[in-house]
Amino acid sequence: MATGVDVLTEPPSRPEIRTIRTSEHVLEIVSDSGEGAQKCGQIFGNVSARMGNGVWTVEIIPAEIEPPPRSPAGASGNRVRIGKGPVTNWGDETELVVAFNEQALLGRHRLGALASHATVLIENLWATHADPGIRGQWSEALAEMEGSGYRIVEVPMEERCLTVVENARRGKNMFVLGLLAWIYDRDRDLCRDQIEGAFRKKSEEVAAANVRLFEEGYDWAAENLDFRIDVETSQAREPMVVMNGNDAIAFGAVAAGMELAAMYPITPATSVSHRLGEMFERFGGVLHQAEDEIAAAGVAIGASYAGKVAFTITSGPGLALKTEFLGLSIMAEIPLVVVDVQRGGPSTGLPTKVEQSDLLAAIFGQPGDAPHVVIAPATIEECFHVMVTARRIAEAFRAVVLVLSDANLATGMQPFRRPAIDPAWLAESPDQSPVPEGMQPYQWDPRTGLSARIMPGQPGGMHTLTGLAHDEASHVVYDSSTHQRSSTMRSRKMAVLQRALQPPEVNGPPEGKLLLVGWGSTKGAIEEAVSRARSEGLSVSSIHLRFLSPLEPGLRGIFDRFGKVMTVEINYSDEPDDPYITEENRRRGQMAFLLRAQTLVDVDCWTRVPGEPLRPRLILDAIRGRMRKELMP
Amino acid sequence: MNELCSLAVYGAGDDRSFALGDYEGPLPRWCPGCGDHSVLAAVQRLLVAEQLAPERTVFVSGIGCSSRLPHYVRTYGFHGIHGRALPVATGIKLHRPDLSVFVVMGDGDCTSIGAGHWLHATRYNMDMVALLLDNNIYGLTKNQTSPTTPQGYPSNTQPRGSYLPALNPLEATLGMTNASFVAQTAEWIPAHLFATLQAAHRHRGFSFVRVLQRCPKYTAPLFEEGMRKPDVIELLVHDDGVTVPALAGVYKHSIHHDPLDLDGARRLAEEGDRIRLGVFFRDESRSRYEDIRRLRSFTAEEKIDLLEGELERHAV
Repeated sequence: MATGVDVLTEPPSRPEIRTIRTSEHVLEIVSDSGEGAQKCGQIFGNVSARMGNGVWTVEIIPAEIEPPPRSPAGASGNRVRIGKGPVTNWGDETELVVAFNEQALLGRHRLGALASHATVLIENLWATHADPGIRGQWSEALAEMEGSGYRIVEVPMEERCLTVVENARRGKNMFVLGLLAWIYDRDRDLCRDQIEGAFRKKSEEVAAANVRLFEEGYDWAAENLDFRIDVETSQAREPMVVMNGNDAIAFGAVAAGMELAAMYPITPATSVSHRLGEMFERFGGVLHQAEDEIAAAGVAIGASYAGKVAFTITSGPGLALKTEFLGLSIMAEIPLVVVDVQRGGPSTGLPTKVEQSDLLAAIFGQPGDAPHVVIAPATIEECFHVMVTARRIAEAFRAVVLVLSDANLATGMQPFRRPAIDPAWLAESPDQSPVPEGMQPYQWDPRTGLSARIMPGQPGGMHTLTGLAHDEASHVVYDSSTHQRSSTMRSRKMAVLQRALQPPEVNGPPEGKLLLVGWGSTKGAIEEAVSRARSEGLSVSSIHLRFLSPLEPGLRGIFDRFGKVMTVEINYSDEPDDPYITEENRRRGQMAFLLRAQTLVDVDCWTRVPGEPLRPRLILDAIRGRMRKELMP
Repeated sequence: MNELCSLAVYGAGDDRSFALGDYEGPLPRWCPGCGDHSVLAAVQRLLVAEQLAPERTVFVSGIGCSSRLPHYVRTYGFHGIHGRALPVATGIKLHRPDLSVFVVMGDGDCTSIGAGHWLHATRYNMDMVALLLDNNIYGLTKNQTSPTTPQGYPSNTQPRGSYLPALNPLEATLGMTNASFVAQTAEWIPAHLFATLQAAHRHRGFSFVRVLQRCPKYTAPLFEEGMRKPDVIELLVHDDGVTVPALAGVYKHSIHHDPLDLDGARRLAEEGDRIRLGVFFRDESRSRYEDIRRLRSFTAEEKIDLLEGELERHAV
C-alpha cells in the first residue's frame, strides 16, 4: 500500500515539525531479549486499537529466553502495523524503527525488514561507549547499513531514563513508548492507564516509575524530534476486543464449555495453556501438564471418553508423538480436539517462527486409514470461534478434530468483534441415563456412519472400547467384512460432514485469469496482495480454506472458472526452474499437493519458508511473475 | 440449567446387589494354564465382595495378553494402546473421580514402553488400582525378552539369555516420590491375590500391585519353584497390610513388616533368595492429584459472567 512517507528522508536539520499524514504505518521496537520491547509494542498496539486504528501486532522472538546481549540474532521486540481500516497482516517493510542497540537493528536490517526510507531512533550510548570493542561494533554495523537510505536519529535513552530510575535497562521500554506516543499523537491518558495496568501487579511504585519514564520519553520527543506521524483513525462501530491467537484459543475453549486440557510445554503453543491454566482455576476446569506429549494426548482421550470433550495443545514435534493416540481416538471414535500451533520444521526446526508445514502430517500422519477432521482458523477472531466448532463436530461425529493454528496467529494481536457469548456453545453435562435395551456402543447408522456415544456411568451400557478392529458391540472381530464395514462407517462420517459445509467465498470476481488459494494465517496478506494486484488491473481473485479435511465443497467448479490456480503457503516447494526440477519430480506446496489429488486440477503453488509471515508485496510480486510468465500473451 | 463441572460427583449409591454373574463377560481366549485366568477370577471376586456398580467401574488396559482382561469383565473397559493405559486412566479419573478405575498392564506395558507414565502415575497418586501382570516375557508377540526377564533367561530376541539384570518393579516404584501403596502377590495363591487386590482397592491412592504370573508357553520354568516349593515364599504380614491366616499352614516363612516403614520396604524389595509377597508400603497420607485439582463447579450463567468479565479486560 502506498504510504507517501518519503518526507521522512528530509534532512534532520529542518527546524519546524513536519507531520506526515498517512492511512497506515509500520513500526518496530527491537531490543535485546529482556529489555521489554515487546511490552512497549503491545501497549502501543492496544492504545492504537482503542483510539480506533486497525492494528496488527506481531512479536519478534529469538528462540532463547535471554540470548547474548547486543547480537543480531537476539533481536527481540514487536512489529506494529496500524491503519485507518482493519489491518489483517504485518505488512511489508518497517518505516519507523526504535532500536535499543545497533546489533538488534542490524539483525532486522539483514532480514530485509526495513524500508529504504525508514527512520531509525536509536540509543546514543554505543557510538561513544567506553568499551572500544562496542564502539568498533557500532562503526562496523553502521558501515554495513550504509547506503540503505535509513535516516538515523540518536536518542539519549539511557541518559534520560537514569534521571528517573536507577536501572535504565528496566525502563527504556516505557521511555520509548513515550517517544512513540508523541510521534503518533497517542492519547496520553490511555497510555498511562495501560502502563499502570501492566505494572501494578508488581507494585504501585513500579507502576508510577514507569509512568514517569513514559512522560520523560514523551517530553524528550516533543523537544527534540522534527517529525510526527498522523495515521487516520475510524471509530469502531461495534464493541471490539484485542488479544493474540493463543489467548483466543484459550477463550474459545472455555466458551465451548471444555473443562480439561492436557499439554506438555512446547513453543509456540504453550501460551494457550498459560491462559487456560489461569482461567480454569477461576472457571472450573483442569489444565493438566502431563509428563510428555503422548501422555497429554492420553489424558485428554481418557477424559473425553468419560465426560465432556477434552483437548490437547501442541506443535509439530508434539503432534508427531501423539500420532498413535490419535489413531486410537479415531478407531474407537472418542471425540477429541487437538490444537497444533505450527512452527518451522522438520524436527526442532524454527521453534518460534511461523510455518504451515504440518498440513499433510495433520491429515495423513496416522498409520492405517484414519479419517478425521482438520480445520484451520484464518484470523485471530477465528481462533476463538474455531474451538466451539471443533468441540461440536468432535462430539456430533465422535471424531478427532485437529485445529491447525500457527506462530503468526499465536503471537499476533489484532482487535476483532467482541464475541457475543452464547450459552448454547457450552458443552452439556455428560449423559448418565440408562442405555436403552439392545443399544450397541457402535450402532452405526449405515447411511451416515454416525452412532451415539455411551459413556461410563450409564447403566446398561457396559462394553470395552478397543483400538482393535471391532463390530457394533465393540467386540474384537478380525473378519474381513467387519473391518470393511467399520472402515466405511468411520470414513462416511467425513462425507456427511463435507456435505454440510459451504463452498468457500471467492474474494474478487468469480472468474478470471488467476485464482490464489490460501489457508490459515496468510489470509490477510493474500487478500491485500490480491487487492493491490487488482488495482494494477490484474485479473486475480482468491479463496481461503478453513476446512482442510474434509475439503470444502465446490472447489472444482470454482477452479474451472480461472485460467490458473495457485496456492500461496508458508511451506516448502521446489521452484519450477530449479536445477533437476521437472513437472514429474517437483515437490509442491502441501495444499497444492492436496488440491491436485482431490480435484485433478493442475494446481500450481508459490510458497516460501522465510521463518516470518508472508509480506503482501512478495505475494504481489509472485502474482505479477506468474501472470507475466504464463498468462500474458 | 444445572451445569455440572466435570469434577462433580455424579449420582450416588443404590440398593442393587451384584452377583458374580453380573461381572462375567465372554469366555477368555488366553492359553490354558495362563496366570491371567486366576487374576480375572480374583478381580471378579473382588467386584462382588466390594459390590462395585458395573457401570461405575472402568478397567483400563494397554496391549498384551493381560490387557485383554477388560473384555472379560462386564464393566466399562478401555483397551487402548501399548504402554499408555496409565495416561488414559489419569484422564478418566481427573474428569470423573466418581468412577472406580482399575489399570491392567503387562511387564512390557508398564516397565518398558510405558515406564515414564508408571513413574509419573505413582507420583500423581490418583485413587486407582494398577495391576502389573508380570510374566517376565512378551507373550503376545511371541517370546521376546522384557525388562523383568531374569538375566540369562533365553528368548527369541536374546537367545543366549537376557543380557542385563532384571528390572525390579518394586524397587522402582518404592523409589518414586509420593508412592503410596506397593504390593506383590502371586496368581497361583488365589487367597493372597484376592486379599492383596482388596487391600489395593480399599487404599485411597495409587495402589501398585505386581502380580507374579506364569506364562505356560514361554516362562513356565521361572515360576516352577515358587509354585511347587512353599519354602521359597516369604509373606509380609501386618494388620495394615495383608494377612491371610489360612496361608500360615502352607507358607512357613513370614516377616512382620509395618507398611509405613519405607526403608524396610526398600530393603525387602531387593532381590533375595525368597519371593516376598505382601504389602511393602502403604501410606494414605500422601497427597492425591485428583483431590488437589478438584474445583467447585460453576453454572452456565456463572461461567458466562466470568467469560464476559474476562473479555472486558481485552475490550477496545
